Amino acid sequence: MLAFTVKRLGVALLVALTVSLITFSMIYVSGDPAIAIAGEGARASDIEAIRKFYGFDRPIIVQYVDWLAGALRGDFGRSFTLRQPVADIIFARLPVTILLGAAAIGFALVLAIPLGVLAAVRPNSMLDRFALTVAVVGQAMPTFWFALTLILWLGVTWRLLPITGSDTWQHFVMPAIALGYFVTPAVMRLTRAGVLEVLASDYIRTARAKGLRPPTVLFKHALRNAIIPVVSLAAVQFGFMLGGSIVIETIFQINGLGYLAWESIQRKDLPTMQAIVLVLAVIYVLLTLLADLLNAFLDPRLRAA
Amino acid sequence: MKRLHVVLAGVLIALAAVSDPAAAGKKDDTLVWATDRDNPIADPFFLNTRELVVIGHHAWDTLVVIDPKTGEIKPLLATKWAWVNPTTLEMELRKDVVFHSGKPMDADDVAYTLNFVSNKDNAIANFALLAFIKSAEKVEPHKVRINLHNPFPPALANLAGLGFIMQKGHYDNAPVKPDGKKDFGAVPPNGTGPYRIAEVKPGQSILMSRNTSYFKGGYKGEPAISKVLFRTIKDANTRSAELMTGAIDWIWDVPKDQAERLKANPALVVENAKTLRVSYLQFDAHGISGQKFFTDKRVRQAVAHAINRPSLTKNLVGPASVVAHSPCHPDQFACSDKVARYPYDPAKARALLKEAGFPDGFEFDLVAYRDREFTEAVIGDLAKVGMRPKLTYVQYTAFIEAVRKGRAPLAHGTWGSNSIPDVSAMTAHFFSHGPDDITKDAQVKQLIDAADSITDPEQRRAAWQKVLERIAAESFWVPLFTYAKYYAFSKDLAFVPTSDEIPQFYAAKWK
Repeated sequence: MLAFTVKRLGVALLVALTVSLITFSMIYVSGDPAIAIAGEGARASDIEAIRKFYGFDRPIIVQYVDWLAGALRGDFGRSFTLRQPVADIIFARLPVTILLGAAAIGFALVLAIPLGVLAAVRPNSMLDRFALTVAVVGQAMPTFWFALTLILWLGVTWRLLPITGSDTWQHFVMPAIALGYFVTPAVMRLTRAGVLEVLASDYIRTARAKGLRPPTVLFKHALRNAIIPVVSLAAVQFGFMLGGSIVIETIFQINGLGYLAWESIQRKDLPTMQAIVLVLAVIYVLLTLLADLLNAFLDPRLRAA
Repeated sequence: MKRLHVVLAGVLIALAAVSDPAAAGKKDDTLVWATDRDNPIADPFFLNTRELVVIGHHAWDTLVVIDPKTGEIKPLLATKWAWVNPTTLEMELRKDVVFHSGKPMDADDVAYTLNFVSNKDNAIANFALLAFIKSAEKVEPHKVRINLHNPFPPALANLAGLGFIMQKGHYDNAPVKPDGKKDFGAVPPNGTGPYRIAEVKPGQSILMSRNTSYFKGGYKGEPAISKVLFRTIKDANTRSAELMTGAIDWIWDVPKDQAERLKANPALVVENAKTLRVSYLQFDAHGISGQKFFTDKRVRQAVAHAINRPSLTKNLVGPASVVAHSPCHPDQFACSDKVARYPYDPAKARALLKEAGFPDGFEFDLVAYRDREFTEAVIGDLAKVGMRPKLTYVQYTAFIEAVRKGRAPLAHGTWGSNSIPDVSAMTAHFFSHGPDDITKDAQVKQLIDAADSITDPEQRRAAWQKVLERIAAESFWVPLFTYAKYYAFSKDLAFVPTSDEIPQFYAAKWK
């Protein structure tokens, strides 16, 4: 297990480094960053002054090493436009995004696990087909379109929920549904497959032969084993939601990390954009590492793989 | 299943009971307006967004204003003014103006502000527009003298657009940034305007409340609505949805298709109004991009004849848009459309191309950054006469870099002139050998220098006419159309859009 952990940690570190390199190079992808900061109508002398002030005139490798050293100390520089340290802004916004991600994953699990179990208990029944339909629709429907549909019905037509903001729990209902529904199919299919597999196993047959009641067999014996891969999938999906909430936070005007990312792109606030991408990527890498280690801990066969 | 229905109904009723839409509208006497821009600060000198220009004209006052209906310069903080000579302007000030802090305004405040903004080291966002000021000094307690570096006829227009007057010493105690420079934008706002800034949530909202001590009898009048709240809502669909629910009262920049749909809502008013922004095509007339096609005047004229500009304005932009013939907006002082015109004529375009040696057209690069549908319409028209533009659609930053570095054989751009209704704010910007001038025509530059050293309005108009005639005759640009904006707002709101893109909420009222 130790060798496996070390190997996985090494891979995670390499991925994080690669992400940092790509993130840093973002600054030059959309053109000269000095022009981006100077904005429309700036004079050549203003642009040159900005280039010198931010050190864009230094060799790129020097800029990268400097930036990486700062990032390792938690210093991502200052936001061009919000005029605060980027780290402060990110840590102020992160809780909102984590709350949204948690609500969304909670919604996805509450919807997907019962549906997956019911589909597995009655395979090929109408219920199974209904669950399949939910899964297909969830995967096929673009998140932004589903979000707008929710706004149209729950916000505009029936006026049940507020559309924008993050002041109260009601503000999180539509975004959590929109974000959570997208990951529901994966969780539901994994639950269904896991329960089906476990229900066909010998120990379940033994449990039934002992005369245990079907709910006891299902929930106490079958589901407990079938749910293990779902837990690790949920961890990875949670990471995906933190990064994937950009669209949802923008549509619902939630002041989280995703919305901050969108704001930064619009304002060409490069230090903030770089830091968000790096922070989200590192969180995602860590959650994936956690899921790998959890799976390996639960299933010794994976450690040898 | 029945039980499920009961549960669902219960949840919906509970949600409806606790739902509390944000305070907005006539009932709360709060006008809520939203755009997609976020404003981390509320100082119009240190953030160059349209929203802060709007907020600037509500929370601060300028010495003079431009009446957008007539284009006339009218008094505001200054009661009268006179040119002592072409580089000296004297202005008399009102005596009944009080800052939100409670201090009465006088010549010291005006001199302090103008000396501050014209000091390059203070790096205000629109320095170039106020850089004509050499210095300002108090003559009497309510009389100020403004000295100019050189004669600058649009001085009053620029002062009206961005010359917000701050209290003396306003920026003296600005916090210091880690780089040792002062963070002037972080100073709490304090103006003389009809509204005072009550709360700033960086990047989210700016709340203004009515200034009950605002002077009477001025151009802006006394505001009727007690609070004006600006909110950032990035997504255009969400803004429309919030407008429909009544959570916000006013939006602009509504896409044409959405505007058409919002028109069907009886609770809303949708209007299309002109703006000072102009859409244009800019040629690499010297072939510095390596593609030499547009060095030939006949090819440039072929492009002008190939584009169906009346159709673009009518079908894509909106009813308030008009075809542009000169590189300026028809509402700008000295902008004239009495120049060589290139009506839509594909046959003539083909003939000109043939004459220039391109009977089968040619392939070239076209760079654009804004309103892709307009660019695609242009491409469609050019394709009809055999030209094959390869579109590179980029962010503004990359666009301006491509133009300035000579990588754009043809550029489709737009310019809003910072809302300054004077020809120099656009034509001089693009033809005075500055960074955005890729034409660099010596004759045009000479004519502009001559035109911008004349202060007499009629003589200046005549001098600018020569500039515009030369540009049109040589087809250095193809001016396309003026922009028109769709506004949508609550039917409870009495509001009139203006072409300067500075909505006058101080003049709005509830019906």
